[in-house]
This record gives sequence, structure tokens and C-alpha cells, in this order.
Amino acid sequence: MTTYYSEEHEWVTIEGNNGTVGITNYAQNALGDIVFIEVPEVGSSHAKGDEVAVVESVKAASEIFALIGGEVTAINEALEEDPALVNAQAETDGWFYKVALSNVQELEGLMDADGYKAFIATLD
Amino acid sequence: MLNKQGRQTDIATASRLSAGATTTHSGNKGLEQDELLIYEIGDTQRCGVDLEEVGEFEDRLGGITRDNEIGLAGLSEPETMRHYTRLSRKNYAIDMGLYPLGSCTMKHNPRLNEKVARLPGLSDIHPLQPISTVQGALEVMDMLAHWLKTLTGMPAVAMSPKAGAHGELCGLMAIRSALDKRGENRSIVLAPESAHGTNPATATLCGYKVKSIPATEDGRVDLVALKAALGPDVAAIMLTNPNTCGLFERDVIEIADAVHEAGGYFYCDGANFNAIVGKVRPGDLGVDAMHINLHKTFSTPHGGGGPGAGPVVLSEALAPFAPVPYVIHGEEGFELVEHIAEDSDSFGRMTAFHGQMGMNIRALAFMMSHGADGLARVAEDSVLNANYIMASLEDVMTVSYPGPCMHECLFDDRFLAGTGVATLDFAKAMIDEGYHPMTMYFPLVVQGAMLIEPTESESKQSLDQFIGSLRHLVAEAKAGNKDLFSGAPYFAPLRRLDETLAARKPVLRWRKSE
Repeated sequence: MTTYYSEEHEWVTIEGNNGTVGITNYAQNALGDIVFIEVPEVGSSHAKGDEVAVVESVKAASEIFALIGGEVTAINEALEEDPALVNAQAETDGWFYKVALSNVQELEGLMDADGYKAFIATLD
Repeated sequence: MLNKQGRQTDIATASRLSAGATTTHSGNKGLEQDELLIYEIGDTQRCGVDLEEVGEFEDRLGGITRDNEIGLAGLSEPETMRHYTRLSRKNYAIDMGLYPLGSCTMKHNPRLNEKVARLPGLSDIHPLQPISTVQGALEVMDMLAHWLKTLTGMPAVAMSPKAGAHGELCGLMAIRSALDKRGENRSIVLAPESAHGTNPATATLCGYKVKSIPATEDGRVDLVALKAALGPDVAAIMLTNPNTCGLFERDVIEIADAVHEAGGYFYCDGANFNAIVGKVRPGDLGVDAMHINLHKTFSTPHGGGGPGAGPVVLSEALAPFAPVPYVIHGEEGFELVEHIAEDSDSFGRMTAFHGQMGMNIRALAFMMSHGADGLARVAEDSVLNANYIMASLEDVMTVSYPGPCMHECLFDDRFLAGTGVATLDFAKAMIDEGYHPMTMYFPLVVQGAMLIEPTESESKQSLDQFIGSLRHLVAEAKAGNKDLFSGAPYFAPLRRLDETLAARKPVLRWRKSE
């Protein structure tokens, strides 16, 4: 199980050919209190870079672009009732959706945990 | 301060605490009255008007007549008057003080506009009246169209769209029709990162995919990235000028040329026309379609959703696709074209009638009372006022992009770094100072954005007072007086409301508590 991060503050944890996707703690902190999350439909497919989700916070609505392409196999249904889960546990229980990867090579170019840590340190 | 009888005159030092009472029996705070919902004031048993008893009548609803109570609240005339007067006193309004949200919400609406709009010949007419009886109203629309075409340097205008976003839709439908006529199936609309949210929404509604164009470090469209994104798939670019960062897109002509060369159209979001009216003609910049928010640039009253008016000026290429109805000069006076001729390219109709007539009248009153020179002065003064604020605050707050700016100036939250005060807290503290906060957290391209648009109608004295309040707040934040912000507002009728709860679990319908 390895977790990769993007410069758009998303993470994906890979197990075999499957990934679990969410936004990072840094992202939820920047967004403020999250009030609504739109996740993709189960069974839908997207390419890397497509808009897959929308996060609405008290400050703004932000699109989430797929950091990896594939078919959506599951969504986190708890987010509909309780979007605050992402504020509380962005990188665990606040996951967005699970995806069957269409091309594992797309993971190249994403950062590992240390790389991401160094990346966000340059932002402040 | 004590008065001659030895009692406190100053609220800050006056205290009711001797009796242990921090609240009042009524919920009012002195002359600041608490206000209930109209349903909580009135009851369903009373009726404020004398209605005739309903006599025998024939049921023509096929037996679906209502058999339960509607439950409307009954209030007497004075109760009704008091309710709305008390509510209006809670409202912060442009008629009460400077409004840093600017024309997006409301700029000063000269009272002359109101006087003209209330003339019986203009206010007591109906769109279905015979044309011969409303020649004056049609002339008003025709004159307004003439002013709009002249000010923008564009050959045609569609008058019926009822708001800026409606105008965007009109413009993009014209573009779509023009492309259909050319037999081209282009699928992409380009919009800069800092675009108004309505731009991508409009493009999506018209069936396009939106591609975002990044900004350069000085807050303008990245020309290189734009040119790289252009191609045979691009239907149009939607560009606001001046943009939402309050900056003039200085490459606008090169942008227009590049888009045209690639076979696309240039839609200009005219929301910020206020800053350039009388100075720059969008037609000279290569614009193909642009909506004009009459309420923003020409001062018609609005706020909180309407009534707006968004006429769309169109280039030679797009004019044939304009929607009906429109006014023409006929043999016996003005006529309305209501139907699409068979050989016409018009894309159809967007509204039942002819747009927001009341707003059209007010806008024309504003134009004619200012004159062409006066309108140029509107642009100059709005830009001067924004730059005065920027120059007066740039030593203590952080300007996002170097000036000069246009009609609005953009700050971000870097000056608050390390103070523990967020943009939201800062805005709430402004309420204690007696100001409605400026636009916050927009545009999104800037962290913790604070966008100030003073408009042209503020005097130097009024601006100085506002600047003084902001400088005071910045000094307090930097001095570590965090409570002043985290607890704000202290002096408003209510303190910090739970915006998160309101968004997550909105109560959209009042129900009587049993």
C-alpha cells in the first residue's frame, strides 16, 4: 500500500490495481469548513485531469481534477450526510471515491509523502 | 461622560449590570428592535383588510379546491408597516454608508432615475397594449439601444436579457448559432482562472467544455498559454475586462486577434464596464458579444438578486442571430418584431416580453443626465477612488498585484500572516466599525482575497473615513489584539452566526412550533 500526492493537494492510496482518492489535510485546511461534496458516480470513467468532484466550503466551491484515470468502483457515502468528515479526517475516513486504475504509469510524476511534505513547505 | 443629572451618556461605560440583566424582557436593545417573522407577529385568525364574503360560485377546478387552511398571517396596516420598516432598519444599505462591495451589489442610484421611472406614461403600461399606445416606451428602448451601441462601438444590441448571466447565455447562444451556420462543431470555451463563476456555467449550459487559462504573475491572462490552447475546437473565449482582479487586460487586442485567427469568437463579460465606460469602446477591442449589466454601470437599483438587466451588444458577425423581440423604425412610428421570419437567422426568444423596462428607463435617465462626458467621468472617478484606497492602504495591507488598478483594488491575506486573524475575522471586525465587508475570498486566484470597489460616488472624506477604519483594524491585528477579531462582531444585532451549520443544514421553511 503506497500513497501518492499531487500538487493539487489530492492523495491516492494504491493497493494492487485499485486506488482510494481524497484531498489532503493541507487542502481541507485551506478550504475551511466544508459544507458539500459532489463525488463521481459509481461505474463512471474518467481520464487523468478530468473534473471528477466538487468541494464546497464556506469560502468557495472548488473542482477536484482526477490525479489518476480509471473507473469509479465505490464512493464514500458518508460524505453526503457528513461533509465535515473531510475537515476532521481528510486523509483517512474522509476519502472521496475508489477507482480501478486504467493506467498504472500515470502514478509517475506524483509525489510520495516526503515529497509532498517538502512541497507544501515551499507554499507557506 | 455624565449628563447634568449625573447619568451616563456613553454606551460603552453605561451598564445595566447592577440588576444582573444583560438581556431585556422584549429582546429589544434600546431603540434597536428585535424582529420576528411575519408569521410570528400575525395570526391566522385576523385579517388586516376588509374582504367581501365569498358568495355562491361555480367550482371550475374539477373538485380540487383547497379544503384546508392556507395559514396566512393576518396583520393590521400599522403592524405591517412596522414590520417592514424595522426590517429595513436592520439592513445595511448604500443609502446609509459606503459599500465596499461596490456595483456588484449596489452603487448609488440617483433619485432622478426614480422620478423618471415613475412617470405614469412609463410606469402604468402593459407589454400587451396596442403598439400605437406605447410609442414613447418604444422610443425609450430605441434610444437606450442607441446609447449602448454608441458607447460600446458595436452595431447591434439585444435588449431582452434580464441579467448579466442571462446576457451571457444570449451571447453564447448567438455564438453557437453562428458556428452551426458555418457548419462547425467546436466544443471548447476558454475562460481565465479568475473568471466569474457564471462564465463556465453559461458555457456548460450551452453544451461546451470549459478550459481554464492560467494567469501571469501580474494577474492577467497568460497570452502564451492562451495561444497554446487555441485551435479548431475552440468556439469562444469568455474574458472579463477589466478582469475580476481589477486589472485591465492590456493584451486584449492581441487576444481578440488570436481567437479570431483560430476561428473562434470573443465574448466579453461586461460586468466591469463601469471602469471604462466613455473611455474605451469594446468594439474597438475586437469583442464579438458583450453583456452590459445596466444595474452595475448605469446605476439601476438592485442587490440580492435583482432586478437586473443585461442587454447584449453584438458584432456584425453575430448580429443576425440576435433574439426577438426588438424595436424597429416602421412607417408609422416604432414597431416591435415579435416573430422570426423564415429567412432569419435569429436563434429565437429568451423572454416573454421586452426585458426589464423599469431598469431600461432608469439606465437611460442615468446616461442622459450624465451625458457622454459625464459617463467618462464616472469611469475616471471610479478608477481614481479605487486607486486612492489602494495607495492609502498598500503600506499596511498586501496588494495582490501592483497597481494602478481599475475600479476595484485587490488585497490578500499575507499582511495577516502570523496574527492569527483570518480574512473572515477581519471582515467581521469591519462590521463593528460600521462598514459592510468588501468582497471576500473572490477572486479565487488570490489567497484570502479582499476586493474593494468604492464606486465613483464616494467623496474623499468618505473614503478617508473608511481607510482610517481599515488602518486602525490592521494596526490592532498586528499589535496582537486577536480577540477584537475572533469575537467580532461585538456591536451588531447578532454576533458570529454559524455559517457552516447554515450551509450544511439550512432551514428553508418556517414551521409553526406546536
